[in-house]
Amino acid sequence: MPLDLRPDVSTSDAPLLSLTGVTKTFPGVRALSNVSLNLHPGKVTALVGENGAGKSTVVKVLTGIYQPDEGDIRVDGRPVRFPTPQYAESAGVTAIHQETVLFDELSVAENIFLGHAPKGRFGLIDTATMNSNAAEILSGLGAKIDPGTTLKELGTANKHLVAIARALSVDARVVIMDEPTAALSHTEIEELYELVEGLKAQGKAILFISHKFDEIFRIADDYTVFRDGQMIGEGAIANVSEAELVKMMVGRDVSQIFPERDRQLGDKVLDVQGYEHPTEFADISFTLRRGEILGFYGLVGAGRSEFMQALFGTTLPSAGEVWIDGASITIRSPADAVSHGIVYVPEDRGKQGAIGALPIFQNVTLPSLARTSQKGFLRLAEEFKLAREYSERLDLRAASLDTHVGNLSGGNQQKVVIAKWLATEPKVIILDEPTKGIDIGSKAAVHEFMAELAAQGLAVIMVSSEIPEIVGMSDRVIVMREGRIAAELDRDNITPETLVSYAAGISETSS
Amino acid sequence: MSTTRNIPDRLRSPLERNLKSWETLLLLVAIGIFVANSFASPYFLDAWNLSDATFNFTEKAMIAFAMALLIISGEIDLSVAAIIALASTAMGAAAQVGVGTEGLVLIGLSVGLACGAFNGLLVTGLGLPSIVVTIGTMSLFRGISFIILGDQAYRGYPSDFAYFGQGYVWWVISFEFVLFALIAVIYAVLLHLTNFGRAVYAIGNNATGALFSGIRVGRVKFILFLLTGLMSGVAAICLTSRLGSTRPSIATGWELEIVTMVVLGGVNILGGSGSIPGVVIAAFVMGLVTFGLGLLNVPGIVMSIVIGALLIGVIALPRLWQMWRH
Repeated sequence: MPLDLRPDVSTSDAPLLSLTGVTKTFPGVRALSNVSLNLHPGKVTALVGENGAGKSTVVKVLTGIYQPDEGDIRVDGRPVRFPTPQYAESAGVTAIHQETVLFDELSVAENIFLGHAPKGRFGLIDTATMNSNAAEILSGLGAKIDPGTTLKELGTANKHLVAIARALSVDARVVIMDEPTAALSHTEIEELYELVEGLKAQGKAILFISHKFDEIFRIADDYTVFRDGQMIGEGAIANVSEAELVKMMVGRDVSQIFPERDRQLGDKVLDVQGYEHPTEFADISFTLRRGEILGFYGLVGAGRSEFMQALFGTTLPSAGEVWIDGASITIRSPADAVSHGIVYVPEDRGKQGAIGALPIFQNVTLPSLARTSQKGFLRLAEEFKLAREYSERLDLRAASLDTHVGNLSGGNQQKVVIAKWLATEPKVIILDEPTKGIDIGSKAAVHEFMAELAAQGLAVIMVSSEIPEIVGMSDRVIVMREGRIAAELDRDNITPETLVSYAAGISETSS
Repeated sequence: MSTTRNIPDRLRSPLERNLKSWETLLLLVAIGIFVANSFASPYFLDAWNLSDATFNFTEKAMIAFAMALLIISGEIDLSVAAIIALASTAMGAAAQVGVGTEGLVLIGLSVGLACGAFNGLLVTGLGLPSIVVTIGTMSLFRGISFIILGDQAYRGYPSDFAYFGQGYVWWVISFEFVLFALIAVIYAVLLHLTNFGRAVYAIGNNATGALFSGIRVGRVKFILFLLTGLMSGVAAICLTSRLGSTRPSIATGWELEIVTMVVLGGVNILGGSGSIPGVVIAAFVMGLVTFGLGLLNVPGIVMSIVIGALLIGVIALPRLWQMWRH
């Protein structure tokens, strides 16, 4: 059906884009059930909900990736259909996805205009026009990026800006942002907010999906809450409190977000002295006791993950010593680290954490095969027993232990990775951004579990960029900045203000 | 323990999974070819002819088993046929100066192991891509053979050396066939029943994830290159013994036939999945096709066309079946 795409002179009460009664079912799952959603020009609508609430499905319906089974999509009040993503794009709907697919070997301009590059004579790509158009969009975003640069030379934050530029290159009227700040540092997030304000001023309707409440209250005008594929509530953000939103999301009161725990610190288990790497970090020294949760805070790029991976043996330090239970050890590979009781739950679950194409039980037993096997021969019964024990302890949700890990949700994949390490009965567990990108309900479960592990005498290192998590969980915090320890804070001194100022290098002289 | 939820071990029984597998499909193809052959030629269903037919695949299959593990782990070794040439040349040179059968076997195996170690070191030690490394060593190993032999050939192997390629254990059952069966069992056990085999699958599916799970990825891959080299040495002994002579062109083109056998057996060329029973059946399929066409006096070049068509056909079959059903 041909679309009339001339923008109406719309008032902000009439939604630019609306969904009514949209239902989408998959075999065995009703992902969306009779939901509605209204996006107004010049306004930011926050879409909140736990993982599995249907947020991603609704984005896919809006961008033409999924077709709804029932219900209407209307643009400017007129019913439309998006049989393919191209239809959604030509109707002015564009999305910045959580993990945008960009191409490392192409130039910035080519990435931005891939699929709709300006054509010159003979249908060849008009590189000059493309580069100048790209430069225009990028400068509109306040990004200092040369459109001719090869993408792989950019950092994460700049790549994200390219993804945003790509979304805006199609002359969008509706911009969907799916967790746009997940990969960004503090200052970059501020810049993103400015960008969103700019888009609002241009009269674009913005759908903003986020797990972070501070940014929802900072940036959004309206909210819509999804739970289990249903629309639970909507309204102006000014008329709702954080607690009310949480209640709508989880369907119950979440009075206390972080578990109270009895802090009983045992003997010193880990001692790290003078860890150093030629480029990533220098002079890292600290100790860790049994039952302690040690937080590592810092901005993106402060060298926390790099240090942890050196401690786990995936990269080699240029200097430094480690003791476990007072005995000096050498870590040259993850296998060495695991054999000394140091395990690492990585941030990048899909690539480093789990092996998606193998079943749950094989993932769980992979580092423990020496224990479940006999003289090098597998014993499946023992493997299932071990996998069952730890899966149940972590309340894993799966159809069977033979299910491939790749088919599980993000939260459950994380549980498989944690189960895998707990089954090795470690002494020190390093959790790198353990709750990144998982919903509030699962977050609370991970926090509770972390507290339980510490109570059982395990020493926990938690790398996190989320201040509430650091403040709520840590017994002690090490703040890293530019590869060095900027501060070590006791329980009583951990406040959001001190964390941020040490991480940013503001209060260098204060004690 | 608060709420204990019961997660079943499996939803499908291993038997059900096996019945719906690639190996079952391949077995049906093998039976089909067997039946077709027995109709096509009156000489096919003869015990000695069938025994002869096994020589079409036994030596290649020995290498294919080790290659299967290597490909499942995400690597490949294209130098295997060149290793045969080098090992055979080394044995031939030794035989000229009067080295006995035991010594020749030792030399064949050692050269195989050394070549495998060289490949493994370049791939795991320097982090080079195995396809490039082994294309290089393919020219290198066979090149050495050519330099040593030129257009000459080594003959004059000790008479008891002939047993490996020409001896029979019992009636029509050749030594090579017994060795093939034994090696198949060893590799099936290694891949499917040991921790080492599990590590191979883990590495092939996600090498980074395996490394982060405490698997010594480099060591496992190095061992796989060693094994592939060793099996090339074993095959070199059998082939040299069977032919009774060594030329530098010995076993030319085998690397592709071996890779074909592995892929036909259901091993994912990108790594991560496959089984030894599949490769065993694929070995029989290829042997039967070659032998059946040979009985019909089909020239060699046509045979390779048929093998190629078979490979594409068997791989495309499940996909075509799916498309047809939708």
